[in-house]
Amino acid sequence: MNLQTIQARLPEINQAMLETFAMIGVAIPLAVLLGTPLGIWLWSHAPAGLKPTPKSHAVVSTVVNMVRSFPFLILLIAIIPFTRLIVGTSVGTAAVIVPLTINAIPYFARLVEQNITQLGTGAVEASRAMGATRGQIIRHVLLVDAKPAIIGSITITTVSFISYSAMSGLVGGGGIGDLAIRYGYYRYETETMVVACVLMVLLVTVVQYSGTRLVRFTDKRVTA
Amino acid sequence: MTSAPALEQPVSTAESAEPELPTPVVAPESLSVKFNDVGRAFGGRTVLRNVTMTVNPGEVVAILGASGCGKSTLLRAVGGLDVGFTGELLIGDRAVSRYDERTAVGFQEPRLLPWRSIRRNIELGLPRDLEKSAGKARVDELLDLVGLSDRAHLRPREISGGMAQRASLARALARQPGVLLLDEPFGALDALTRLKMQDLLMDVHASTGTTVLLVTHDVNEAMQLADRILLLGCPDSDPAEGATVKSLVTVPGTRPRNRASQDLARLGSQLYAGLGVDSH
Repeated sequence: MNLQTIQARLPEINQAMLETFAMIGVAIPLAVLLGTPLGIWLWSHAPAGLKPTPKSHAVVSTVVNMVRSFPFLILLIAIIPFTRLIVGTSVGTAAVIVPLTINAIPYFARLVEQNITQLGTGAVEASRAMGATRGQIIRHVLLVDAKPAIIGSITITTVSFISYSAMSGLVGGGGIGDLAIRYGYYRYETETMVVACVLMVLLVTVVQYSGTRLVRFTDKRVTA
Repeated sequence: MTSAPALEQPVSTAESAEPELPTPVVAPESLSVKFNDVGRAFGGRTVLRNVTMTVNPGEVVAILGASGCGKSTLLRAVGGLDVGFTGELLIGDRAVSRYDERTAVGFQEPRLLPWRSIRRNIELGLPRDLEKSAGKARVDELLDLVGLSDRAHLRPREISGGMAQRASLARALARQPGVLLLDEPFGALDALTRLKMQDLLMDVHASTGTTVLLVTHDVNEAMQLADRILLLGCPDSDPAEGATVKSLVTVPGTRPRNRASQDLARLGSQLYAGLGVDSH
């Protein structure tokens, strides 16, 4: 292990970490903001949901499946025109954030849909019987009940997309995963590879640990 | 289905034992429920058929029947929780609507929201157009009625099953329903708590006068609480035909009834026989 190599790479490592933070820091909040309503919509408009509209549900569900079935590398390239339209460029960190977000929205929506589906139907039916509106049920019953599960889903999504962001090198997006590939793999700098991998492990560990703690902290069902 | 609509068939001894009907205090908001040839099938399986009867305003009617004979199905139809039934179902003079706001349902499980205090859970049952101060006053009243005033700030996890069921009853009463629908509300409680809850329900009915439809599998509970008992059952010859009204009996005496009365014992053994159970 050559410490000098690592020292020489420190500026790049710093830069790469910042890029990773930028990608995740923009893509995940956007995915949560847009994916949560989409997930609720998928659940409530399903044939057995609160407000069944089977036809439009089938259309939206198919679109979600289509986006989700694209391998991220292909999506990255396939939506370049759209990326250019949004951020004005097709290379760099900003250009990776667009496909990351596009991929993360349906990913997170499916998780939210799953989180809500797994809640019991008892409270919803009782609320409906008491005259609660759909909006009230979603805000006051489902989202509160599913909050710990949804926070768990945010954790899962973040970890998955830290890994996805490693493919950003294809469009010069940077990030710690890209650093590992470019310096560690293509230039045979084993030291850089090891440091990058250790940093990624640390990052994922911190995300997972905080997520788990937050779930326990917000679970009002247990703490009286 | 060829069988004629079932008619009211009072059991002879019950009728002769106590001719006068108990006269319930009719609250202004209590409503009648009319079943006209009501039936329900799930897929191709008939669960209920030809249910015809009228529940008078302010009356307490217990729906009794073996497990799986469609008691809950009938109750859910009245509450508008299930709109897939056939036939006609009127509350007052208007057909039942989806999640009918003139009814309130008490379920077998309390179904309280675990992250809300008892008070905030009961508030969920208030009509939406009610003013805040009026709502608070009504919740106070209900907490007092079900004896939970000093537990109002607690969460459902922190109270007993019986208390949770009382909170659930208070929540159902919060909208001052014309018809109160109770689906085995005391079924999950221990025997002693159940007796106390029966007394509470009698108090509630005495003070609100609302129409009550009570699904139960407990013969003694039905006889203790109800003005009339609707016995649902399948024909012995062919259970697949679906359940219908086997008999509709008037319970002798007035509430609170003496649990050891001879008349009730006789009625009890008839009901057990109707349920296909030996009373020994």
